[in-house]
Amino acid sequence: MDNFELINALVLISNFVLIPALSYGSQLALATLSLTIIYGVLRFSNFAQADWMSFGTMTTILFTWYLQSLGITGGFLPTALIALPLAITVTALFCLLIDRSVYSFYRKKKSPPIVLMIVSVGVMFILQAIVRFVIGPNDRKFFDGEKFIIHALDFKHYFGLSEGLTIKSTQLITLIVAIIAMVSLFYFLQRTKMGKSMRAYSNNEDLALLSGINPERVVLITWVIASALITTAGVLYGLDKSFKPFTYFNLLLPMFAAAIVGGIGSPIGAVIGGYVIAFSEITLTYAYKKFFIYLLPESLEPSSLMQVLSTDYKFAISFIILVIVLIVRPTGIVRGKII
Amino acid sequence: MTDDLRAPLAFTFMGILLAIVGFTQSWSVSLSIINLCLISSIMAIGVNLQWGYGGLFNAGVMGFTALGGLTAVLVSYDPVYEAWDKAGIGILISAIILILSITLVMFAYRNISSPQFRNTSIVLIIIAALIGINNFYGPSIDVIESINPAKTGFLGGLGLPIVFSWVIAAFVAGLVAWVIGRITLRLRSDYLAIATLGISEIVIAIVKHEDWLSRGVKNVSGLDRPVPYEIELQQSEWFINLVERINDATLNSVQTISSRQELLNDLIIVSSGVFVKLCYVGLFLSVLLLIFYLSHLALNSPWGRMLRAIRDNEETASAMGKNIFAQHLQIFIIGSAIIGIAGAMLTTLDGQFTPGSYRPLRFTFIIWLMVIVGGSGNNLGSIFGGFFVWFIWIEAEPLSIGFMNLLASGFEYDNPIRMHLLGSAAHLRLFIMGLLLLLALRFMPRGVIPERIQKK
Repeated sequence: MDNFELINALVLISNFVLIPALSYGSQLALATLSLTIIYGVLRFSNFAQADWMSFGTMTTILFTWYLQSLGITGGFLPTALIALPLAITVTALFCLLIDRSVYSFYRKKKSPPIVLMIVSVGVMFILQAIVRFVIGPNDRKFFDGEKFIIHALDFKHYFGLSEGLTIKSTQLITLIVAIIAMVSLFYFLQRTKMGKSMRAYSNNEDLALLSGINPERVVLITWVIASALITTAGVLYGLDKSFKPFTYFNLLLPMFAAAIVGGIGSPIGAVIGGYVIAFSEITLTYAYKKFFIYLLPESLEPSSLMQVLSTDYKFAISFIILVIVLIVRPTGIVRGKII
Repeated sequence: MTDDLRAPLAFTFMGILLAIVGFTQSWSVSLSIINLCLISSIMAIGVNLQWGYGGLFNAGVMGFTALGGLTAVLVSYDPVYEAWDKAGIGILISAIILILSITLVMFAYRNISSPQFRNTSIVLIIIAALIGINNFYGPSIDVIESINPAKTGFLGGLGLPIVFSWVIAAFVAGLVAWVIGRITLRLRSDYLAIATLGISEIVIAIVKHEDWLSRGVKNVSGLDRPVPYEIELQQSEWFINLVERINDATLNSVQTISSRQELLNDLIIVSSGVFVKLCYVGLFLSVLLLIFYLSHLALNSPWGRMLRAIRDNEETASAMGKNIFAQHLQIFIIGSAIIGIAGAMLTTLDGQFTPGSYRPLRFTFIIWLMVIVGGSGNNLGSIFGGFFVWFIWIEAEPLSIGFMNLLASGFEYDNPIRMHLLGSAAHLRLFIMGLLLLLALRFMPRGVIPERIQKK
């Protein structure tokens, strides 16, 4: 086996497994962070999370179209990045409206978390109806700007390999935006006064109230931050793939799985969980046939696809990991709240 | 209004609604709604047992419904002998390997004390099982799916009457519920919701993609029917006589013999459809009443009182020596089995199994809505919820189209806003459902027919 074969195999894996998993993982991590913050502060599993993501993305798409119609574009960057802050504002305002009209009633009554969860199912229906009503149930692409950073053909010619490496600009953007968002979130939670009061409220509500923390302010900031995270996650996912309400709804399960696998209620856990779920989804459904053809001598070449699970079961994987974690370590990777 | 009057009033109201549909649209439509209402009510009773009496949030209703549907196919469809001959052994061997490896893993997990040795042996068993199954399973399913793919392409079923599947579905759904319950019921309450949401997606993925088992998205149609076919009725003498006798007055008012015959033929065609639907109503209603009666007995027994005690205060019940986990598992299994029965009945009514049609909104969250609107903790309430919410779900579409037409009436015919409004009318249905749930939770949290608190 010569060295080229090994490099080819590595390029193949990074092209089809590592890079896609890294960008999908970042998107999932942001979405899970949002879920986990809602869980930590407001203490309920939000079933409306995935449709909230659709709502944020839809708002971004509408702003993108508006900006494009005005002739404003992001140049080589997608216009959606300019629309993002506007969309986050609208989504956050909308969330606060829902909170005032729906959730706050149950919070004041101190209803058990399961009631809030059922309420979130109602909100899920309404958000879904609004999104489908405004933008329709169809697939929409809203990416513009430069598409590739490294193109497969250029890469092949340049290095003289038989495998090409493609890096889409959306993948790089995802990574950069996700890192910025995570760093600023952790800085906010650990270092600022507001972040600390949020953690205090999450940890022990009564004690936080005694020390003079304004609960309404904490709730408000929580919705704003969670909206920012979920909208960003949705927009990055939509730029990378495309926007379709039903696909977004299906992301609910990976999000929950990531939150529990990482340790529910723990922000670090959410990030880890997001990457764990994304990497396992992609590594377990990838067909390794070509990879082994590069690596193994001809006599040992595999005849089957060398795929652990067919891509039909992508959704099942997040659940299988969830079950394994529930059996082996119910607290999640980073110990979260269990009761 | 006293609580005693609520149930009769609610059901009278429901009867009036259905009668209005019968008079304005047609009795056939009204009867189809009633059939689905009956099935929905059974599902709602299943969910109500879990939520209203057990306090367990099962977000996987869709999965158990689909399991019931799959059971209906596997029980009633004729076996495909050719497929069994050629590849049955391969499938059987894979199944044996699967069961054997699961047993071995369980054995290793429980009995090997050294964690390192335990984990390596579990991984080795799984890898060996995967290799073994791959050798038999892949080739066999290729063979099965290549046999007459346009008509069968799967193993078929047992060829028994489809009504048997209603009972078997209860056991299948119960078995799956047992597995899920074992894993999740010891943990906090939302884990059950999330785990059941996941398992239902997996069940759907399996019935959609394992073509050798269920034909997948190619659907299985032409299932056995427990009631006569319309065409048979139209040709049988007793049915023609019956229609003649019922419509005596109308028929006699017609003058000529030929137009009388024409009218009679029309009446026979319409009545045969109504008759078939009435047969289904009879079957479903008897199942519903049986389940209602049994759960009524169970919930008024010491067992039912214990369940409510656990729901209201787990710590106290536990201190009184009740095994919370075992009771939760029991009620979870029973509720899921009832949902399984309803799933098999639904497939029976449709006469076909369409894995692509299982969507969580339609099969999980709507059922939840029924329980909450009807009154959680009261089976009569669940039945009313099943009727009322299903009725709204069906009639929401014509209503929202009407509403949109009203909104759009001010615009020009080809105005884009008008086109958009009319095109999105279908999504208004989701909005109505969400609003109904939120309003019920806010203003009527105990439901239309609330749980009765017994004071003795």
